[in-house]
Amino acid sequence: MNKKKGAAAKGGVSMSKGKEMDEQPRRRGFHPIYLFLVLPFVALLWVPFYNRIEPEIFGIPFFYWYQTLWTFLGTACTIPVYFYEEKKRK
Amino acid sequence: MTANPVALTVFLVLFFATAGLGYYATRMKTVNLTDLGQWGLGGRSFGTLIAWFLLGGDIYTAYTFVAVPALMFGAGATGFFAVPYTILVYPLLFVAFPKLWSVAHKKGYVTAADFVKGRFGSKTLALAVAATGIVATIPYIALQLMGMQIVFAGMGLNITVNLPVIGAFHDIPLLVAFVVLAIYTYTSGLHGTAIISVAKGILVYVAVIAAVIVIPIELGGYDKIFAAIPSPMLLLGHGTADNLGPSISYTSLAVGSLLALFLYPHSITGVFSSSSRSVIKRNAFLLPSYTFALALIAILGFMAYAAGVKGMPEYAQGFQIFGNNFAIPALFLHAFSPWFAGVAFAAIGIGALVPAAIMAISCGNLFTRNIFKEYIAPDCSPATESRVAKIMSLATKIAALFFVVALQSSYAIQLQLLGGIWICQTLPSVILALYTPRQLHPAGLFLGWLAGMVAGTWMAASLSLKSSIYPIHLFGYTIPCYAALSALVLNIVVAYVVSFIANAMSTAPRMDETLAEDYI
Repeated sequence: MNKKKGAAAKGGVSMSKGKEMDEQPRRRGFHPIYLFLVLPFVALLWVPFYNRIEPEIFGIPFFYWYQTLWTFLGTACTIPVYFYEEKKRK
Repeated sequence: MTANPVALTVFLVLFFATAGLGYYATRMKTVNLTDLGQWGLGGRSFGTLIAWFLLGGDIYTAYTFVAVPALMFGAGATGFFAVPYTILVYPLLFVAFPKLWSVAHKKGYVTAADFVKGRFGSKTLALAVAATGIVATIPYIALQLMGMQIVFAGMGLNITVNLPVIGAFHDIPLLVAFVVLAIYTYTSGLHGTAIISVAKGILVYVAVIAAVIVIPIELGGYDKIFAAIPSPMLLLGHGTADNLGPSISYTSLAVGSLLALFLYPHSITGVFSSSSRSVIKRNAFLLPSYTFALALIAILGFMAYAAGVKGMPEYAQGFQIFGNNFAIPALFLHAFSPWFAGVAFAAIGIGALVPAAIMAISCGNLFTRNIFKEYIAPDCSPATESRVAKIMSLATKIAALFFVVALQSSYAIQLQLLGGIWICQTLPSVILALYTPRQLHPAGLFLGWLAGMVAGTWMAASLSLKSSIYPIHLFGYTIPCYAALSALVLNIVVAYVVSFIANAMSTAPRMDETLAEDYI
């Protein structure tokens, strides 16, 4: 449930960003894959979303395991951008 | 406190073995340490793995490992801001710092202030950036020494000598550790520190993994630990209709801290020592593994709370001297067998050597490049440059030691709080300058910096330097915001407005010595 909510919020932000990009003349070097780098900010800066106890995992409140989980998700968001840039350089 | 011989022996063996390794490391290689690029930047030679250890050991300082759980122990959820902050810093590292690395590599810049001077041709602006870096870093070194002091106290290492003039002197162990730090920094520079950072990384992970497995078993599981925490500490409080409340403080602390982190001279030195852009990019997704360790360490604060170490008479003296910063040493002593407590203390003690050395080296670099070479001896030889940097790095360490030994430790903590606010004010000159050089003018950047420094210092001072969350009243709302961030907003507004006016009025040619292709 909570995950879906988060995904919806992220989708909203990325869509509005995407629209802006289409309306403007294309900036050199911008690719939608960079929106991956925005995801962790959306997930972690809206504190009321995760400032809660439930759902707990092994007795650990949501507030703690959700943010800790993002140490891995943050990495997962950066890797595709890294491979995109490495490919582009070749 | 009573001495703990087993823990102490393990600690001393690990500490001196590692420091010795750092000292001898550069003797096995043929490195010319009379060159500043070698001593102060490791010859820009570190690959992905060494850079991971070095940057990880550099930005996740020993004091962080003590203070973050201490904040959780004393205040609860708000201390966890260190986790989102050290996750969100990496997209920024990924995007901006390869550009900065490239231009530094092409133009031979050693410090951020070198870049500012090259970009804008302004010695004054470069001096402002360099001075901010040095002043913000010295109290940070002091906190690393304080981390060692806490560990020594945890092992019951009390050696008091009566000196003729000063009287009773308690800090002999710290003085010994300081001499070790000073010798290996002076002789081996960043190369030696890189070796020590590998030992730090291994010890930190070993200690953390053991702690999050062993201690919860002793305390009856994670559910028991979190159940022991009073509910106001477990989550952030809620705001009211006209006060945005602790959520916004949490966010602003995370954002302000992440913007400041890679502006600190020791972070810039670490980034510049990488051997390529790709090394930085790879570390932008590898370094969050240290954030994971930090999250676990933060939870140790709750474990200390649940274990009830504060009420135990054997730790009363430690808490009396060091406050909540004694929570982690007390937990280790309480939960681990003595030999493993020694390993965990070594992780903190050696953990302090790495950032303290890099901070001192980067202060040496800043002084030499942006003050000595700029204003005192423009034609000095590379060997002189390197020697001055070494001497200055020693001087900054002595200043930091003075803070810890001669003044109250609260001064170092307060100055470090100000340091975070100050270093954030160099963001327009260093980072925004990468993207919008034409919209920025050195006069605008300087005035923006000045406005941010004054406003940030004033906000912190009006809170008596006890907190950095300054409530801003805007449109009938109260926004409790991290002063570094609100001062930075003012700084950026002033910088762009004044730059716009200055650019419109001046017809002087731009003094940018860098080209667009230098940043790729």
